[in-house]
Amino acid sequence: MFKRLDNPAQNSVNVTINGQPVQVPEGETVAAAVLVHGLPYTRTTPVSGAPRAPFCLMGVCFECLMVIDGIANQRACMVQVREGMRIECQQGVGELLS
Amino acid sequence: MKQHYQLAVIGAGPAGLAAATVAAEQGIEVAVFDGQVAPGGQIYRAMESIPQHRGSQLGDEYQRGRELVSAFRASSAKYFPETQVWSLNGRREIGLLLQGQAHTVTADQVVICSGAIERPVPFPGWTLPGVMNAGAGQILFKAHGIVPDDGVVLAGSGPLLLLLAWQYLHAGVSVKALLDVTPMINHLYALPRLPRALLAGHYLTKGMQYKRDLKRAGISTLHNVRSLRAQGKDALQSVSFLHRGREQNLETAVLLVHFGVIPHTQLGRVAGCRHVWDESQLCWRPQLDEWGRTSVAGILVAGDGGGIGGARSAEHAGRLAALQALYALGTLDRATRQRLARNDRKWMREESHIRPFLEAFFRIADDMLQVADDDTLVCRCEEVSAGQIRAAVADGHRDSNQVKFLTRCGMGPCQGRQCAEAVSHIVADASGKALQDIGHYRQRPPVNPLTLGQLAGLHSEKTE
Ligand SMILES: Cc1cc2nc3c(=O)[nH]c(=O)nc-3n(C[C@H](O)[C@@H](O)[C@H](O)COP(=O)(O)OP(=O)(O)OC[C@H]3O[C@@H](n4cnc5c(N)ncnc54)[C@H](O)[C@@H]3O)c2cc1C
Ligand code: FES
Repeated sequence: MFKRLDNPAQNSVNVTINGQPVQVPEGETVAAAVLVHGLPYTRTTPVSGAPRAPFCLMGVCFECLMVIDGIANQRACMVQVREGMRIECQQGVGELLS
Repeated sequence: MKQHYQLAVIGAGPAGLAAATVAAEQGIEVAVFDGQVAPGGQIYRAMESIPQHRGSQLGDEYQRGRELVSAFRASSAKYFPETQVWSLNGRREIGLLLQGQAHTVTADQVVICSGAIERPVPFPGWTLPGVMNAGAGQILFKAHGIVPDDGVVLAGSGPLLLLLAWQYLHAGVSVKALLDVTPMINHLYALPRLPRALLAGHYLTKGMQYKRDLKRAGISTLHNVRSLRAQGKDALQSVSFLHRGREQNLETAVLLVHFGVIPHTQLGRVAGCRHVWDESQLCWRPQLDEWGRTSVAGILVAGDGGGIGGARSAEHAGRLAALQALYALGTLDRATRQRLARNDRKWMREESHIRPFLEAFFRIADDMLQVADDDTLVCRCEEVSAGQIRAAVADGHRDSNQVKFLTRCGMGPCQGRQCAEAVSHIVADASGKALQDIGHYRQRPPVNPLTLGQLAGLHSEKTE
């Protein structure tokens, strides 16, 4: 769906996306990384279970909620990738009050 | 961190940067809180880190941000990036979340420079993965050099859609089609506003140049497009629409939509500032005086967050708000405030000439604003459809808050950011009431999510 224009010559970090190891340029947001990775969706809705993906990328739609390092309901577009980060799709409400 | 500042500026876009720089020059203690990793706001996003070639692909308006950002960096204003403001109240207590920790600070004066969001316009299929805002496409491009694979479709209305198409063209991204949903009839309504717009003719010239460049590059632009629909099972597969009375279908994995921008009003509303319906811009905005003062003492709003005026206007409004804050703090006397404001007032007036024309020209068709299709989800979070909202109105619920409690529309994580305007339109249309009387959702803190752990940390910080 999306691609990087420049070869990411800058430093990269190692993360996992749904368990799969991936190298991502430093400074990228989690949402950007999963879009380039081609993840078909980032969460399912609590009501009907429909798949959703990032919509606004500026923190206002809350469609990009993911489980990051075990903590649910993180806006993937507002979080930068870090070495060793575990990124997972969120099913339904996630754990609400982690 | 320090508990109190003389001036707190929320947002580091053109409005916030200009406000903070002017205030800091006068020697007062200024703090700037912004959710992004670097200064620039929406228009000048990633200004300091962008590779040069990509900066030039973004056009000359983008380059202008450099001066603003470097003056801000050189100032004594204390800058807090990656800092989410989650609450603000009439006592000017500001709730912050930085590095996973919640804090509160107070300020004598607060200028909210929270900018705009893209107008959410629900249409069939808009919740499918693969459908995104055009602004989201632009953020990926500016901040990360990421673009859609070939064959992206752009749809909607407004200058930003055209700008993105032009920026993609310069970056070598192939755009399959640009679907312009602007109703033809708008030309007629915009015409009387054209003479005034000509006073700011450079904007019109630029728009026409973008159009020419797109045409020359062979990008297919279809005008007067109607019945836009995104299709696919679990993700976008195609876009269908009506053009010249014929139904058409385009296969694509990415559809970027844009229907103009509206003020991001969450913080002003949670602080209790009075908001009014703007019939020309079709949005809620805070009621402001000529300095940006809201109905709440010591809280001002500047930039697109106070009503859409564009990036240049935001800069001037930021300076005017700062001058007022300095006056309220006793740093400037009345005469100095007036004198220093003169230039910015003049330029703000110049900038305002183009707006009424743009607002009429790019006005979204009523049937789109009112979400004619009953099955379309209006509330993305709680999955409430236009039909359910209309049913609530038929049951006698005639304002936004009643509809919210009955249907849960606006109760999800986005707190109504994505549905408030559409609900206002639907309820007004179905009930025959004026938009101003439909009201806006009541807003409660936190406007950005906090975990219980973060709140508990805040408590212990206070009792230490
Ligand atoms: C996605 C998008 C892209 C745009 N691109 C362009 C463009 O390329 N060219 C153009 O002319 N206009 C563009 N605009 C219009 C834009 O609004 C400009 O007119 C200009 O950026 C407005 O300046 P501002 O200072 O009012 O707000 P902005 O530049 O939007 O800055 C607001 C800042 O406040 C921060 N903020 C908001 N709420 C909070 C909070 N609760 N806590 C912490 N920080 C917060 C935001 O992160 C942002 O950095 C764009 C608008 C959007 C929504
Ligand atoms: S994509 Fe909208 S909040 Fe992250």
